[in-house]
Amino acid sequence: MSTAIKKEHKSARPERGGVVTFVEAIRQGIWEEMERDPTVFVLGEDVGVYGGAFKVTDGLIDEFGKERVVDTPISEGAIVGAACGAALMGMRPVAEFQFIDFISAGFDLLTNYAAKCRYRWGAGIAAVFRGPCGSGLRTGPFHSLNPEAFFMNTAGLKMVEPSTAYDAKGLIKAAIRDPDPVLYFEHKKLYRLPRLREEIPSDDYIVEIGQARTAREGRDLTIITFGTMVLTALDAAEELEKEGLDVEIIDLRTLAPLDKPAILASVKKTNKVLVLHEASRTGGIGGEIAATIGEEAFEWLDAPVVRVASIDTPVPYSPPLEDYYLPQTKDVLEAVRRLAAY
Amino acid sequence: MDQDTQRRPEKQPSGKGERRNFRRRRPPVHEVRIFTKYAPRKPVDGRRLSCTNDTTLKTEQLLELYRYLKLTRLVEERLVNLYRQTKIVGGVFRSLGQEATAVGSAYALRPQDFVTPLIRDLGAVLVKGIRPREIFAQYMAKAWGPSGGRDLNIHFGDVNKGFIGPISHLGDMIPVMTGVLLAAGMQKKPIVAIAYIGDGGMSTGAFHEGLNFAAVQRLPLIVVAEYNHYAYSTPTSLQTLVRDLAEKAAGYGIPAHIVDGNDIVACYEVTKRAAEYARRGGGAVLIEAKTYRRKGHAEHDDQRYVPPGEIEWWEQHNDPIDRYERYLLECSAATKEKLAQITADVAREIEEDCAWAESSPMPDPEQAAYGVFDSNNVPPALRPKVLER
Repeated sequence: MSTAIKKEHKSARPERGGVVTFVEAIRQGIWEEMERDPTVFVLGEDVGVYGGAFKVTDGLIDEFGKERVVDTPISEGAIVGAACGAALMGMRPVAEFQFIDFISAGFDLLTNYAAKCRYRWGAGIAAVFRGPCGSGLRTGPFHSLNPEAFFMNTAGLKMVEPSTAYDAKGLIKAAIRDPDPVLYFEHKKLYRLPRLREEIPSDDYIVEIGQARTAREGRDLTIITFGTMVLTALDAAEELEKEGLDVEIIDLRTLAPLDKPAILASVKKTNKVLVLHEASRTGGIGGEIAATIGEEAFEWLDAPVVRVASIDTPVPYSPPLEDYYLPQTKDVLEAVRRLAAY
Repeated sequence: MDQDTQRRPEKQPSGKGERRNFRRRRPPVHEVRIFTKYAPRKPVDGRRLSCTNDTTLKTEQLLELYRYLKLTRLVEERLVNLYRQTKIVGGVFRSLGQEATAVGSAYALRPQDFVTPLIRDLGAVLVKGIRPREIFAQYMAKAWGPSGGRDLNIHFGDVNKGFIGPISHLGDMIPVMTGVLLAAGMQKKPIVAIAYIGDGGMSTGAFHEGLNFAAVQRLPLIVVAEYNHYAYSTPTSLQTLVRDLAEKAAGYGIPAHIVDGNDIVACYEVTKRAAEYARRGGGAVLIEAKTYRRKGHAEHDDQRYVPPGEIEWWEQHNDPIDRYERYLLECSAATKEKLAQITADVAREIEEDCAWAESSPMPDPEQAAYGVFDSNNVPPALRPKVLER
């Protein structure tokens, strides 16, 4: 069997900026932060010689050595706990979950230790917890999670999820420099998606945590979304433009704390909102966004806030099942048309 | 280490002559050993238990140890008084009968070393330089307490003093302390750390995950496992099938000691040896301290699960302070008058500190909203006004 795996920048220092994929942008960000700040280090399963299951940390061990690129046992409790302890000592750990699904095995230390430490005795945990999230790649119930709703109700954790290469680099750098724990979700469908290849600046930029961006300007209604669903929304918007509907798309980028001013500004502009996310519908982040809009911009609304999300099941494996589970472009189109006609 | 006191020198096949072709990446894991030199001994000829004579402690150190031991017990007794006066908001957790383990082990560390205690290790917190006033203010949920009323008892920390307080989830501090030591290694700080655990806490996944990681990384982590017979009401026989908690060290490829946890001198000596071993690159060590919890899980606990006579036996025959006083008098390290004077000094300190803590105001209610995140980045989580425009 041929193994035609194209390797990105194996063992070589990546350029600053240039035309990059999503995964290369994350790697650039981590690499530059490790160069800039000797307290930054990486730990996780298979992150060293192997470069991580998705090769996000590829080459780091050659550049920075095994002391700063630590291969751990299969032990999310050890990874999260050790990151917390190292952060207490003034280090800035970047901890990897091989798949974000395994964050559940580190849930206790994340929600009880990392999240509450500053509040309890003023000791902020400046650590990044990152990993590949998301479904649509036929990876079944245990490698497809979007975990943001688990953590929305935990005070003390920030959450980000980029949808462009530019933001991927800017947000990982901001997360590493942040004085509080940041969960950094990377949709694995985006890692090597040709559509996301873009030229990013060579200068040292960050994307500030807590700020959404307008992925598409529009007048008629707003889709609030993030991650890979930004692409689904853009596809839908292109189709809807032909029908004379001008859709605005807000890419949240930060899920906690939510950028309420950006959300409310768009609501006041278009007066109709659809919230779109990949995690299951019930108890999802969409409910929180809809409630915020209902409380704070009720009189600006011309229609109920609607949610399009995955169905309330685990993520199934077989393609026809997973395609039914996930919101597709056609589901967004249908919902937008109804919303526009309301 | 004391080769002569190994419990199980079971020889493995040497493997000589079967030279392997591949190169080892790591030095071979050392033979698993359990050292029992300072393990509990039956008293000879009906003599009352004292402490081991095998010590390098000087007289002034012996007296300082006594001070911490009394301080621990008397601070806790004062906490019980405050509890009965309803001045304490939550529960009070005692280490009565097992104070020697925390005090003796923590005293063996250097000032820059770290400890992470559990709720029955107040003695270790005091040895690390935390003052009783901080403990009183914490228990009374006062504004001047180190967490400003946000958390209870010894749930706080002071990184500069090498003290990292626990959270209620048992076992979680083992991986956290592993991270502290991982960082110290990167920072070239020659420190070691003690993480305390009990026979109950050792059943958690976090304990296993943390110690396993520390072991493979050869980190200088000393786990002090207190066999105090009960986890809340559950006897050790329902936590684990091993006879000695020290046997669990074999699962991590690290050496272990069994120590008489009510012999403060033995606790000191064993920890000192473990710290030396860890500091010179040996890696993690497990110390099992055999002791006994004479009070319930917290003050409300009526201990109905304890067989009659058991607590009384430990109180009469194996109290760590009785034993240590006997030892100090036998070896002429102190007179009764000297011990009484130390106790009086301790009592005076407690009076002053308790008065200070009682004089603290309760926290300003709005403070509840502050400090979740760094305030430069995220505003306080003040209660929003509904329908306020």
